[in-house]
Amino acid sequence: MARSVNVDVKYLTRVEGHGNIVVNVKDGIVEECRLDIVEAPRFFEAMLRGRSIFEAQHITSRICGICACGHTISSIAAAEDAIGFTPSEQTTKLRKILLYQEMLDSHILHIYLLVAPDLLGVPSFVPLIDTHGNVVKRALRMKKACNDVCAVLAGRHIHPISSIVGGFTKIPGEKELDAMLDILYDMRPDMDSTVELIKTLAPAIPVFERETEYVALVTDDDEYPTLEGDLGSSDGLRLDKSEYLKITNEFVMPHSSAKHAKASRKSYMTGALARFNINSEKLNPKAKAVADALGMKPPIINPYMNTAAQLVECMHYMEESIAILEDLKANGTDQSEAITVGLNERNDIKVNKGLGVGAVEVPRGLLFHSYEVDETGKIENANCIIPTSQNVNNIEHDMSKLIHEILDKPDEEITLMFEMLVRAYDPCISCSAHFLDVEFINR
Amino acid sequence: MKRKTVAFFDFTCCEGCQLQVANFGEELLDILAAIDVVMFREVMSEKSDEYDVAIIEGSITTPHDVERIKEIRETATTVIALGSCASIGGINGMKNSFKLEDVQSYVYGEDGKNYFETIPTMAVHQVVDVDYFVHGCPIYPPEFVKILKYALQGLPYTVKDEAVCVECKLNENECMYEKGLTCLGPITKAGCNSWCINYGNICYGCRGMVKETTKNASIDVIKKYDIPMDWIMGKFDMYNKATESEEKK
Repeated sequence: MARSVNVDVKYLTRVEGHGNIVVNVKDGIVEECRLDIVEAPRFFEAMLRGRSIFEAQHITSRICGICACGHTISSIAAAEDAIGFTPSEQTTKLRKILLYQEMLDSHILHIYLLVAPDLLGVPSFVPLIDTHGNVVKRALRMKKACNDVCAVLAGRHIHPISSIVGGFTKIPGEKELDAMLDILYDMRPDMDSTVELIKTLAPAIPVFERETEYVALVTDDDEYPTLEGDLGSSDGLRLDKSEYLKITNEFVMPHSSAKHAKASRKSYMTGALARFNINSEKLNPKAKAVADALGMKPPIINPYMNTAAQLVECMHYMEESIAILEDLKANGTDQSEAITVGLNERNDIKVNKGLGVGAVEVPRGLLFHSYEVDETGKIENANCIIPTSQNVNNIEHDMSKLIHEILDKPDEEITLMFEMLVRAYDPCISCSAHFLDVEFINR
Repeated sequence: MKRKTVAFFDFTCCEGCQLQVANFGEELLDILAAIDVVMFREVMSEKSDEYDVAIIEGSITTPHDVERIKEIRETATTVIALGSCASIGGINGMKNSFKLEDVQSYVYGEDGKNYFETIPTMAVHQVVDVDYFVHGCPIYPPEFVKILKYALQGLPYTVKDEAVCVECKLNENECMYEKGLTCLGPITKAGCNSWCINYGNICYGCRGMVKETTKNASIDVIKKYDIPMDWIMGKFDMYNKATESEEKK
């Protein structure tokens, strides 16, 4: 029997920011499947114009609380590219630790507090405090550990203080390196328990497959790329980061304050699953063991498996952070590299007129910042393209296919499947500045 | 004593201040034991239209925001502004330095500029009465706990009218002006334990301005080091643009 479905979820919960899901099926024909992004627009790009390039990181970190370090690092990469500054090897290592800790922190939050309640059939982590007290405590403990590492390294995780254009205003010494290592060594047993937990919950991850294009950073070396690399895709695209607009092809839709994106096909996916599908052979051996334990082999075309890919990455980022810290400890850090902040009053960093691009992997996928500066370092033009904006279009195409496969299910189940789908992408709507409720129309 | 029901609401912001609360680690469970959280959309699916305490994160930037905050004010007995965006307008206030039409068309293009309504950025107290202010971008967790305790007991709390410099001196940081740099510490409300300067950065004024400022002294220093005035004014405007008219009172 031809069926009508009308899903209308206003203010989707357990996602970052505001979004609505609208599904409208009339007599078995899908009339509408969309993800509304209703977050108030923030206009960061417009506000950056006229400001010093040395302020860009401070301001754009405030695009997102969860990805504050990611925005910081992508912003700095774009700024340094624009003014013609090359960071030191030590700076690059410290930036990677910051980025890895944020990936870990964000993935842990998503896996435990946002996704696990769905897999356990409860509305949030709050009922889990009574039924799964140790699991909730472990999640909070792991999150705090990541925050503590960021606090030692950069003052705090949310809007890091010491990481700026040119390097760090404070360089960790042996005491700080030891403090960070101790926190991460202590996290290892919790990570093993997390892997065990997800192994038991994995059968509850919905099975739904749709082929799409995956986009992530690619390199020719054997490091799992996050901070540096070309733009690559599963359809064989490989472009220099300066050509990022050829990947994103942003367009504006009236229902969403997040701009939409498409590359070779009508949509693409970026994020943990995309990185896993493209770069899994470069993962840390312990992370590969997690993937093996979950039976994960690329390409995985089930978007709900993004959460599993995040788990694999958690192990990777924890172990790789430890490896960098152990290396810094063995060789010692150069305190003289500490840089002076300010509006570059002391001209410590030379400024050239130019256009720069930062393309950095952050928890939800590729994050682009781009700035054009004049010879005094004043920002003339700015552009930020966040991962969620790039994924919205792909989510809508997933929704359009999924609705046909679950049309015979009750409304509640359809709503849950849609919410779980959107949540699997771990959308960060406040970032999109520019998201989630399910709206059933005409059921 | 019955636990107070608490609801978190986010308006225009990065949601980092709510996250600062979620980042308390296991200590969060102690906070949750003292209050009855009925709404926290970022991490909970549960929803409620009844609450005693409303914790507001974010600035008011759309006509819908104005209506929504008024409804919340009518429901809640206590309203707490959480973080700079809510307490002083914060980073979102930078938009007020431009014509709205200009920022809309710059970001969304000529075709897209009218898709999304926007109004000049306002702090929460510029629309409705606010009982407690937790300043900072992001909030400083120990201060949040302190103010929450006052709010739960219904006691008044006022942020001291002293500058970040007071805390900075106690932390024995070398003064940024001594290094030939400008810093908004002398004119910014203390309470953050001079967090940014402790880590080698300057103060950006995220906690709002003190009433009795040493602004003139700052201007002398700025002239002395020949720092472009528009860059400095830009720094003032980074967090304090939305509430600048109040600062001049």
